Amino acid sequence: MSILINGNARVITQGITGKTGQYHTRTSREYANGRACYVAGVNPKKAGEDFEGIPIFASVAEAKKSTGATVSVIYVPPAGAAAAIWEAVEADLDLVICITEGIPVRDMIQVRDRMRKQARKTLLLGPNCPGVITPGELKIGIMPGHIHKKGRVGVVSRSGTLTYEAVGQLTELGIGQSTAVGIGGDPVNGLKHIDVLRLFNDDPATDAVVMIGEIGGSDEEDCARWSKANMKKPVVGFIAGVTAPPGKRMGHAGAIISGGKGTAQEKLEVMEECGITVTRNPAEMGKALKAVLK
Amino acid sequence: MKIHEYQGKELFRKYGVVTPRGFPCFSVDEAVEAAKKLGGNVWVVKAQIHAGGRGKGGGVKVAKSLEEVRDKAGQILGMQLVTHQTGAQGQKVRRLLVEEGADIRKELYAAMVVDRGTQRVCLMASSEGGMDIEEVAASTPEKIHKVFIDPAAGLTDREAEDVARKIGIPWQAIAPARDLLKALYRCFDATDASLAEINPLAITGDGKVIALDSKMNFDDNALFRQPEIVAMRDLDEEDPLEIEASKHDLSYISLDGNIGCMVNGAGLAMATMDTIKLFGGEPANFLDVGGGATAEKVTAAFKIMLSNPKVKAILVNIFGGIMMCDTIATGVVAAAREVKLAVPLVVRMKGTNEELGRKILKESGLPIISADNMADAAKKVVAALQGKAKATPKPKAKPKPRPRAKPKAKAKKATPARRVAPKKKVRSKGKKK
Repeated sequence: MSILINGNARVITQGITGKTGQYHTRTSREYANGRACYVAGVNPKKAGEDFEGIPIFASVAEAKKSTGATVSVIYVPPAGAAAAIWEAVEADLDLVICITEGIPVRDMIQVRDRMRKQARKTLLLGPNCPGVITPGELKIGIMPGHIHKKGRVGVVSRSGTLTYEAVGQLTELGIGQSTAVGIGGDPVNGLKHIDVLRLFNDDPATDAVVMIGEIGGSDEEDCARWSKANMKKPVVGFIAGVTAPPGKRMGHAGAIISGGKGTAQEKLEVMEECGITVTRNPAEMGKALKAVLK
Repeated sequence: MKIHEYQGKELFRKYGVVTPRGFPCFSVDEAVEAAKKLGGNVWVVKAQIHAGGRGKGGGVKVAKSLEEVRDKAGQILGMQLVTHQTGAQGQKVRRLLVEEGADIRKELYAAMVVDRGTQRVCLMASSEGGMDIEEVAASTPEKIHKVFIDPAAGLTDREAEDVARKIGIPWQAIAPARDLLKALYRCFDATDASLAEINPLAITGDGKVIALDSKMNFDDNALFRQPEIVAMRDLDEEDPLEIEASKHDLSYISLDGNIGCMVNGAGLAMATMDTIKLFGGEPANFLDVGGGATAEKVTAAFKIMLSNPKVKAILVNIFGGIMMCDTIATGVVAAAREVKLAVPLVVRMKGTNEELGRKILKESGLPIISADNMADAAKKVVAALQGKAKATPKPKAKPKPRPRAKPKAKAKKATPARRVAPKKKVRSKGKKK
């Protein structure tokens, strides 16, 4: 078992004709069950053609109808990415993963509003995220597959390379991962820490979770409070940005301390209060997790 | 992206938010001309810098004659204005806004921001205008009223009137206040703003509701479709290093420490800064080279880091996923050669083609200190910094560079020998431990 995706998922790439979409579809397809899982691409102008054997359809709805796809991954450039998300949502896929970085906030506000008002069933991961991987089964996104190892620890993070860092440490210690989820660095996004932690809590194949956050917003605090009352499994946490100055955007659009809110210190304190094992040394995320596993 | 008050007010007026009349000025003469054009007998001379707290810092003055306008404009223009947001060095005032004076009866507060929790634009309003809103939020949160605006419907008449009443606007002024708030939302929405703040929002003696100030920030992700906003960018208000970095598609932010760091990924970059601090060092910058860094990009990153004179050591931390470690290593070596690197350099590389990357660094003959993990790298860079400090009094104490550096070092004669000294110091220090 795992969360969000497994080897049975059938995946559409939106933006399969772009350079990024092609590169990552190719490498993802080479990972584990990828060959069976990547079943379709979408581009209205290239319908009927194929990308290295993956058929291209005019729309997500058509791709779903023809292939039984359940998940889509988006590499569409920022200006059209929100529309691509909506297309996948309207096609009632189970999950849409938006890798694209740089989508205007206003576009995301509108898409999220429509998703809520129409109570759509599709889950959104991202945007501006590395994607999700269930080691040994399926990789959807831009993470390096080979650093992962199949196992029983869940990883959830707002940052890409920091997720790889955590995964790398776990793998080096011989600890495998059930699923590693990048929720993305944008201020307005889909699944949040709390949503992913819920899924890990209910997943019988996950024993413990590494939760990685960063400055900006209060998602980590919300998640920690939920965790205190509900989480049955140990959680280890790290927050990036203790040294970040206020009012400056630290790379990610959502990584900003504004009005004195969203500091790393505040998040770390709340997480500790809520029983999450917090480390202030990012080189020791793996070690900290090992200590709580026993 | 940030803009000046006068530019914000231009946008306000375009969408129907009432403001005092005024003109931007770049010289004292222009300021006097502006006052003449405005007429009347009271003017406000306002420093235009991006930082807040201008009034307290002496950047906003009232003038009651044209001579006074000339005096005050002369005082403010060119001054280093220090506010709680500029840091001790202050910000040079290059532009002024000269406005007609207003007969203020009451000062209120209104602002719009993106609320991450509800994923909507939030209108925040308060009866406590002219104050620091964070203080109001801390001491009297009940005085802040919020509306989370439905993006499909926009701010409705009812919502706007309701908020206007709650912040104590008298009934005669409810209609203009409603119109102003609705116009503010249209302005926010149409310009892809991330913040639109009016502090204070004033009620005048003749019952008008006007925006006495304007602070607007914009979503950088949306600038591609906002040419009018991009045209308002004032590079004088930005850190030259940050501007240079943005040209190379690098994400860079200057900090106060002396250890430069170059990392791939924003989260890992922050974590690297934190680790430096954890082991007793101070990061000099945030620098994310992104996922697809090329050798050219790495060289640009090195140049930017080193143009900060405070930088006395560098830490490179790369988790190679998509980006191969050997590519980065090649870039680092090329960059170190090109900039004739004279400060200690610690490199930690992990991930795809890790061994190949290390080999490239080793064979370069450059005195690069290699580290196994982030903590190790931070410890080593802090030690290198201290080692260097100790080494400076006697730079020629170690005349023999290690032979390992020889074959490749031949090409570059003078510099490697000098650079080896601090590294040796560090190594011997490490052994003692």
